Amino acid sequence: MTTTSAYERMIEARRPPDLRSGVLGWLHKNLFNGPINSAVTVITAALLAWALWPMLQWSVFQADWIGQTRADCTGEGACWVFISARFETIVYGFYPPAARWRVDIVFAMLAILVAWLVIPRLPYKRWVGLFALVGFPVIAYVLLIGGSFGLTYVPTREWGGLMLTLAIATIGIAGSLPLGIILALGRRSSMPLVKSVCVVFIEFWRGVPLITVLFMASVMLPLFVPTEVEFDKLLRALVGIMFFWSAYMAEVVRGGLQAIDKGQNEAGQALGLGYWQRMGLIILPQALKLVIPGIVNTFIALFKDTSLVLIIGLFDLLAIIRAGLTDPSWLGFATEGYVFAALVFWIFCFSMSRYSQYIERKLHTGHKR
Amino acid sequence: MLRSSSRKRGALWRDPAFRALVFQAILLLALLALITMIVLNTMANLESRGITTGFGFLNERAGFSIPQTLIDYSGDSTYARTFVVGLLNTLLVSIMGIIAATIIGFAVGIARLSTNWLLAKLAAAFVETFRNIPLLVQILFWYFAVLQALPSPRQSLSVFDTFFSNVRGLVMPDPQPLPGFAATPWALLAAIVITIALAVFARRRQARTGKALPIYWLGTATIIGVPLAIFLVTGMPLEWSVPELTGFNFRGGVTIIPEFMALWLALSIYTASFIAEIVRSGIQSVPHGQVEAANSLSLPGSITLRKVVIPQAMRVIVPQLTSQYLNLIKNSSLATAIGYPDLVAVFAGTALNQTGQAIEIVAMTMAVYLIISLLVSALMNIYNARTLLKER
Repeated sequence: MTTTSAYERMIEARRPPDLRSGVLGWLHKNLFNGPINSAVTVITAALLAWALWPMLQWSVFQADWIGQTRADCTGEGACWVFISARFETIVYGFYPPAARWRVDIVFAMLAILVAWLVIPRLPYKRWVGLFALVGFPVIAYVLLIGGSFGLTYVPTREWGGLMLTLAIATIGIAGSLPLGIILALGRRSSMPLVKSVCVVFIEFWRGVPLITVLFMASVMLPLFVPTEVEFDKLLRALVGIMFFWSAYMAEVVRGGLQAIDKGQNEAGQALGLGYWQRMGLIILPQALKLVIPGIVNTFIALFKDTSLVLIIGLFDLLAIIRAGLTDPSWLGFATEGYVFAALVFWIFCFSMSRYSQYIERKLHTGHKR
Repeated sequence: MLRSSSRKRGALWRDPAFRALVFQAILLLALLALITMIVLNTMANLESRGITTGFGFLNERAGFSIPQTLIDYSGDSTYARTFVVGLLNTLLVSIMGIIAATIIGFAVGIARLSTNWLLAKLAAAFVETFRNIPLLVQILFWYFAVLQALPSPRQSLSVFDTFFSNVRGLVMPDPQPLPGFAATPWALLAAIVITIALAVFARRRQARTGKALPIYWLGTATIIGVPLAIFLVTGMPLEWSVPELTGFNFRGGVTIIPEFMALWLALSIYTASFIAEIVRSGIQSVPHGQVEAANSLSLPGSITLRKVVIPQAMRVIVPQLTSQYLNLIKNSSLATAIGYPDLVAVFAGTALNQTGQAIEIVAMTMAVYLIISLLVSALMNIYNARTLLKER
């Protein structure tokens, strides 16, 4: 008996239809999937070309890159010589050139610390983090301000540029996070006075614009302290920034605390742990991990808002560039200046937001469709 | 054996209630000491600088002019009037900004979810670009790099010879109401009231009989049609003052100052990039099963969107949207960087410099923003309570 089969041999696998796979399929599915979609694609592409091409022409193809003075700006497009000629000032502000190696060391330390904390594989995260919050600020302060260990004294009014922006951002972050945690814990306290003080503090700072806070720090704070006390302008701004952002941080941390199951706290109590042991060993490690994306987003907002200090007369990155625009030998380069400032801020903020998204994905395990 | 009657009490300082009391007493004392110290220092400092406190300065003559005022104002006006002018300017740019940011934000947010790859990527690029650049940089960019680069009034860029754009601002026709125009705004108000009444009626009727009224079309027709009809019936009592170039400047029309344009553009675009993200995440937060359920009931696409997806997405979107609106209002204070005469610029800036009444002025300015924030939060809480998921 022979088995009968409809076919003598296997049929060759046929190629899928052109419009379903490969480049054409992708185009069909994502760009030309129906008449409306095709029209949208064509209009968008036309708009993009219309806007992007002149922008590229201006910023790259017709731009001047090399030179020292304004005379080197001969092209039709942007003159990046404006930036490169004052690059040192943009980075260091008015910091004495002889002492700029100190700033470089602090920059390098900051870069290493951040990289260490961000790259997941590196060990001893807890100790490095502790050092970043406690040890590093002290070392950076001693290095930057000088006046001890044989370093020349550099008053804060000579700080400026990117260095000042990073200093304000770092100190703001390092100060507002612990303060925010304490406020968040206080807001959930069972002691009525502690709770109300924290609520009033948080709601007050969240209700007013940062700029009025800076105004307050620069005109009212000197009235609050005895006349003999000299309050440094930078320090005043920092106090304002720290209080302001600690309120936002507190709300982020509170979100994390609320997400922790009550049983965790009760289990801690059953083990006979005290309040700070329960918070420090059980609740906060879980709560903070949950809200890392929120904390990083607050960092981004804080970083962007450091640019506001130009309004009270500190020379951060943006203010230094703005001051350069009023230089009589370099008039008319506002676009270059602000585009460069925007680019620098964008690079920092975009990397932070990517990191936050990465952490979010990493922490989102299991409960996502 | 456990004898509860003679249970040994721990030391007093181990009692949580007692410790809480002591801790709060210490906190209270510390706060009182801090406040006393601040008050004493401030009084001493003010005395040594010869500044008198109080709100008497509000009735003094301000003596400076303001480029954009919504109410009558001159150099002879008082500081109290300066305050009102600044506040109105803040509210103007905030409301305009909120409207524009909402429109752009929703458009971009929905575009990000488009199945069209190019459109979705473009929307994503818009969001990532504008929300990662500080608002202040954007304001300065629009003001100094774009609007200050426009030509002088004589070489204005013009559209149909009625809109002119130059370094001094945007000049456009100004409607001048003639007698009899007052009926039109009243008609508009009446139309809005009628529409609301109609909507309530339509909802009740649908609940009772299951029959729906095309309320969107009816409402739109009423709100546009009724005022238009009244306007035509009263004989179009409106005259346009068209700007005309005479000498070095324009006569007639209304000029929108470049400070307003720059601030408005920057605030709208910056906030729109955040709103777009909120809209996207709100729509994505609606479980896919909801749409599938609507499909299995064979509801048409537009009804699915309107009655199933949007109401649930709004529950997520609205609270975050409100906080963005509050941020926009607070961010409008950056006006001071380019000299738009908002509350902070004219009152906490110029008026403060002239009078030196730092405490009163900063306190009044902060109070305004604080009151706005608290009011909006209160409204938000009411909304949240109303739309809260009714769980079994």
